[in-house]
Amino acid sequence: MAHSLVPVTPRWPGVAAAALVLVLTLGTLAAVGWRAEWGGGLAPADWAAVRFTLVQALLSALLSVLLAIPVARALARRGFYGRNLLITLLGAPFLLPVIVAVLGLLAIFGRGGLLNDGLVWLGFQPLSIFGLHGVVLAHVFFNLPLAVRFILQGWLSIPAERFRLAASLNAPVGRLLEWPMLRAVVPSTFLVVFLICLTSFAVALTMGGGPRATTVELAIYQAVRFDFDLGRAALLACIQFGLCVLAAALAWRVTGNDPMGAGMDRVVQRWDLSRPVVDYVVILLAALFLLLPLAMILFRGLPAFADMPATVWAAAFRSLYVAIGSAALCVLMALALALRGGVMVSVIGVMPLAASGLVVGTGAFLIVFPFVRPADIALLVTMLVNATLALPFALRSIAPSVAQINESYGRLGLGLDMRGWTWLRWVVLPRLRRPLGFAAGLAAALSMGDLGVIALFAGQGQETLPLAMYRLMGAYRMETAASAALLLVVLSFALFWICDRWGRGRAEM
Amino acid sequence: MKNTTYLPVVAGLALCATSAMADTPVLQVMTYDSFTSEWGPGPAIEAAFEAECACDLQFVGAGDGASLLARLQLEGPRTEADIVLGLDTNLTAAARETGLFAPHGVSADLDLPVAWADADFLPFDWGYFAFVGNVGADAPTSLRALADSDIQIVIQDPRSSTPGLGLLMWVKAAYGDEAATLWADLADNIITVTPGWSEAYGMFLDGQADAVLSYTTSPAYHLIAEEDDSKVAWAFDEGHYMQVEVAGKVAGTDQPELADQFLNFMVSDAFQGVIPTTNWMYPAVIPAAGLPEGFETLMTPETSLLWSPEDAAAIRDAALDEWRTALSQ
Amino acid sequence: MRCSGFVTDGGAGVLRCEDLVLRQGAFSLRADVVFARSKVTALIGPSGAGKSTLLAGLAGFLPPASGRVILDDVDVTEAAPGKRPISMLFQDNNLFPHLSVAQNVGLGLRPDLRLSEEEKNHVATALSEVGLAGLDMRKPAALSGGQQSRVALARVLVANRPVVLLDEPFSALGPALKDEMLDLVKSKLVAAGKTVVMITHDPADARRIADMVALVDAGEVHAPVATDVLLNDPPAALRAYLG
Repeated sequence: MAHSLVPVTPRWPGVAAAALVLVLTLGTLAAVGWRAEWGGGLAPADWAAVRFTLVQALLSALLSVLLAIPVARALARRGFYGRNLLITLLGAPFLLPVIVAVLGLLAIFGRGGLLNDGLVWLGFQPLSIFGLHGVVLAHVFFNLPLAVRFILQGWLSIPAERFRLAASLNAPVGRLLEWPMLRAVVPSTFLVVFLICLTSFAVALTMGGGPRATTVELAIYQAVRFDFDLGRAALLACIQFGLCVLAAALAWRVTGNDPMGAGMDRVVQRWDLSRPVVDYVVILLAALFLLLPLAMILFRGLPAFADMPATVWAAAFRSLYVAIGSAALCVLMALALALRGGVMVSVIGVMPLAASGLVVGTGAFLIVFPFVRPADIALLVTMLVNATLALPFALRSIAPSVAQINESYGRLGLGLDMRGWTWLRWVVLPRLRRPLGFAAGLAAALSMGDLGVIALFAGQGQETLPLAMYRLMGAYRMETAASAALLLVVLSFALFWICDRWGRGRAEM
Repeated sequence: MKNTTYLPVVAGLALCATSAMADTPVLQVMTYDSFTSEWGPGPAIEAAFEAECACDLQFVGAGDGASLLARLQLEGPRTEADIVLGLDTNLTAAARETGLFAPHGVSADLDLPVAWADADFLPFDWGYFAFVGNVGADAPTSLRALADSDIQIVIQDPRSSTPGLGLLMWVKAAYGDEAATLWADLADNIITVTPGWSEAYGMFLDGQADAVLSYTTSPAYHLIAEEDDSKVAWAFDEGHYMQVEVAGKVAGTDQPELADQFLNFMVSDAFQGVIPTTNWMYPAVIPAAGLPEGFETLMTPETSLLWSPEDAAAIRDAALDEWRTALSQ
Repeated sequence: MRCSGFVTDGGAGVLRCEDLVLRQGAFSLRADVVFARSKVTALIGPSGAGKSTLLAGLAGFLPPASGRVILDDVDVTEAAPGKRPISMLFQDNNLFPHLSVAQNVGLGLRPDLRLSEEEKNHVATALSEVGLAGLDMRKPAALSGGQQSRVALARVLVANRPVVLLDEPFSALGPALKDEMLDLVKSKLVAAGKTVVMITHDPADARRIADMVALVDAGEVHAPVATDVLLNDPPAALRAYLG
C-alpha cells in the first residue's frame, strides 16, 4: 500500500467533476470543431481582436489587483461597526449581470451622470466614459470586489501568532508577513481577473465605444452568428485557451509558496497599526466607487417594482431554483477536486474561465441535439454549465483551505484512523465552512445573473430572470426591466449573503 | 411536450395539458425571443391560430433574429421546426442557401412599399430603420447632416444585431462607394456600439445619447403604450432602409398542411392586427380595421431603400470591413 | 476493539526496528533497536540527527526504504498509521480547534465519533484523570497551553494503544508546566503499562521520567541504555551534544 500523508477520501468524485469540466470546456469546443467546415482561418481583424483583448485584460487585471491591495489591507487592519456587512456589500458588483452593471456605471460616469454633473458644476469639461479607459473602468468595477475578497482572505489567513511574533521581534510586518502572503495570493488573483477579462464581450464592446474594442469573444460571436463559420469560432476559442494556459503558466512561475501554517484562529490583534485615517479614506473611496452604481440600480428599479408582471416572478423562482442547484453542484465539484489536489486539478480549475460562453453553449447544443429536445433539458444544462463556470471561483476559495487542513491536521487524522466520510464530516467540512459558504454564495449569485446558455436552450415558459429582463428590454419596457434588474440584484445578493453568512456563522471556528 | 424541468405545480398543470392534447398535431414555429415573450405578438397569435387549427402551436425562442439563423444552421435537416419566423432580408440569402426551406405557396396582397416576389419567404411585418431622438432637440435631416453635426448617437454592432446590420446596408444603399467616407465622418458622433438593440435603446432612454438607431415605429410605442409623445424618428433625405421580416416553411416539416395553414393565417387579419402594438412594426397586410390610432403620427420616409437578399449577402462582408476600418481609427 | 489484527489491550508493546532505514531527501537514518515493553525510552541527540524521522517511521508517516517495524512479533511495516497500535503526539496541532474537548478525546475511541453512553463516560473519566473535569464542552482555543496538552493526553489514554510516541508535544510549555505534564505521562501512561518513546533535548527530562535513553546521532539510532548509566558517563558523541 502506498502511504498517503493525508486521510484518504474516495477518488471517483474528483474524477467525475474533472470529467464534467473537460466535457463542458474541451468537449464542447471539440463538438463545434467537429461540426465545422474548415477553411479560411483567421482574418487580420481577428488578430486585432486578440491584441485588444490582451491589452484590456492586462490593464484591467493589473489595476484591479493594485487597487485591491490597499483596500484589502485597510479592511484587514480595521475593525469598525458594520465591517462585515460592508465586506459583503462590496462584493456585490461581481454578481451583477453585465447590462445592469453597465447602466449603473453610466448613471455615475456617463453623460448626465453624477461625476460629469459634478465636473460641469466645477467648471470642467465633461468626460466621455467610452473607450479603453471605460472598458478598464467597468472591468475594475466588476473585478475589484473579487480581488479584494481573495487578497483579504490572504491577509486573514496570516495567523495571529505570526503578528504577535513579529511584534515581539519588532520586525517589519510588511516584509516578514505581508509580502510573502501577497507573493502567494496576488499572482493567482491577477490570473483569475485576467482570465475573466479575457473572455469579456458585452462590457468591452459597450464601454469600448466601437469596433476597435472587439475582443476574441466578440470575434467568436461574429464567427458563429454572423458568418456561421464554426471553424473560425473553434480556432478563436483555441487561441483563447492558449492565452489562458500561457497566463496560468506565468502566474504559477511567480507564485511564491504560501508559508503560513495554521494558527489557533484567535481574533487577529495587531501591534503595528498607525495612520488609521489613510485606511478609512481607502475604504470610503472603494465603497463609493463600488456602491454608488449599485444605489443607482436601486433608484432606477424602484418605480416600476410593484408593476412587475407575474411572469417575471415566475422567472425569478425558476432562476432561484437553478441557482441553488448549480451552487450545490459547484461546491460539490470544487470540494471533490480540492480533495484530489495536484497540478491537473489546478489546470482544470481555471479552464472554465478560459472557455468561451458561446462555444460552450453552442457545443453543448450540438452534443445534446441528436438525443433530446434542447428545451427539455434547458434548465438542467443551465445548472451544469453555471456550476462549471463558477467552479474556478469556488475552487480558488476552497482548495487552499483543504491544503491547509491536510498540512496541519493530516497526520493527526491519519494517526486517529480517520478516513473517507469520517474525515470529511468531522474535520474537512467544519473547517471549510467559511470558504464553502463563500463559494456557494458566489456560485448561486453568478448563476442567478447568467444569461449564457439559457438563451440558446430555453423553450416556451422556461425563461430565467435575466432572460425575462432582456425580453422586457426588447419589448421597450425599460422601466419594468430596471425593476426586474433590481429584483435580480436583490435575489443574487440575498443568496450570496445567506450562504456567506452561514459560512461565517461560528465565531470561534 | 415533456417539460421535465418545470416547477412541481406547473408540472402538474403541464401533465393535465399533455393528456388532453395527446392526439393534437403540433406545429413548431422557431422565432426570435421577443416575438414569443409575454409582451410580443406570440401569445395572442397562438390563441387565435389554435382556435381555428385544432392543433398545438408551439413557439421555440432562439435569441434574436441573427441567432435564429445560426440556430437553424446548427440544427440542420434534423430540426423539428416546421416554420421559421423572424428572419429579415439581410439573412434570407444565407437561409435559402441552407436548402432547408420549401416555397411558401401563398399569394397575398401585401402592403409593402416595395414589390415582393420571393417564392420561399413570406413577409409578416416590416419597418423603416431610423434614428430616434427627443422632440425639441436638434434633428438632422440626413445621414450626411448627422455626420457633420456634433450630435451623439448610439448604434448597434452589425455583427451581433439586426438593426446594426440594417444601418450598414442603409449607408451602403445611400452612399455606395462613398460609404466609407460617411462612416469616417460619423465616427465622432457614435459614442458607443452595443451588442444588441436593447442595450442601445436603454442607454438612449437613460440620456446617454441624443439619439439611437431604431425604427420609425418606435415613437408609436411611447405614444400608445405610455402616452408619451416626446420621442421622434428623424426623417432623412437619403431615404430609409427597410427591414422586412419574413417567415419560411421548413422543407422537412412533418406537418406540411398545418404549416401552409399557418402561413395563410399569417397574412390574415387575426395575425396582422396583433403586430402593430406588440411587435411595433407595420403589418405586411394592413388589416381591415386599419392601423391603430397613433400610427398616423409616425414619420413616413419619402424614399424606401432595400437591397435584394442576394445583393445584401454580396456586399455584406465588404461593407462590414469599411465600417470596422472607419470606426477603428 | 478497533485495529483489527493487532493486539491493542495495552498489555503488550515490544517495539522492534529491524535493519530499518529511513530516507528523507539526502538524509538517511538507520535503526536496529528494541524499545522495551512498558518502559519510557528517551531519544536524545543533536538537532537534525533524525529523532523526528525515526518517530515518523515508527508511526507510519514515512515509509521505510528498507527493514521492518515489528510490534510484539507482528510486522506493522506496511500498516497505515491509524491501523498501528501506536498513538502519537506531535509538536503542535494535536487538537482540532473546531471540535470540543470531549470530541477531541472521543476521537481516540471512535474516529467517526459515534460514541455510546459508555464511551462518553469513558471520555469524561479520562478528562477528570488529567484534571480537566467539567471542561468537556470547551473549544481548545479557550484553554491554556497546558490544558490543551492534557486534552491530547486524555485522548492517548482512551485510545489505549500499547505504544505512545511523543514528538516533543510539551516543548512550548514553561518548565514547571512541562514537568507537570511529564509527571502526568509517567503516572498515567507508564502506570498503564504503555511503551513510551519520547524525543527530548533536555537530559533533565530524561532523568525525570525515562528508564532508558537512546542516542540518535550521525544517521544512526544507538541501542537504548539505562538513563543513569548513559547520562552519568556519556559517550563522546553525547558529551559533545550536552556540552
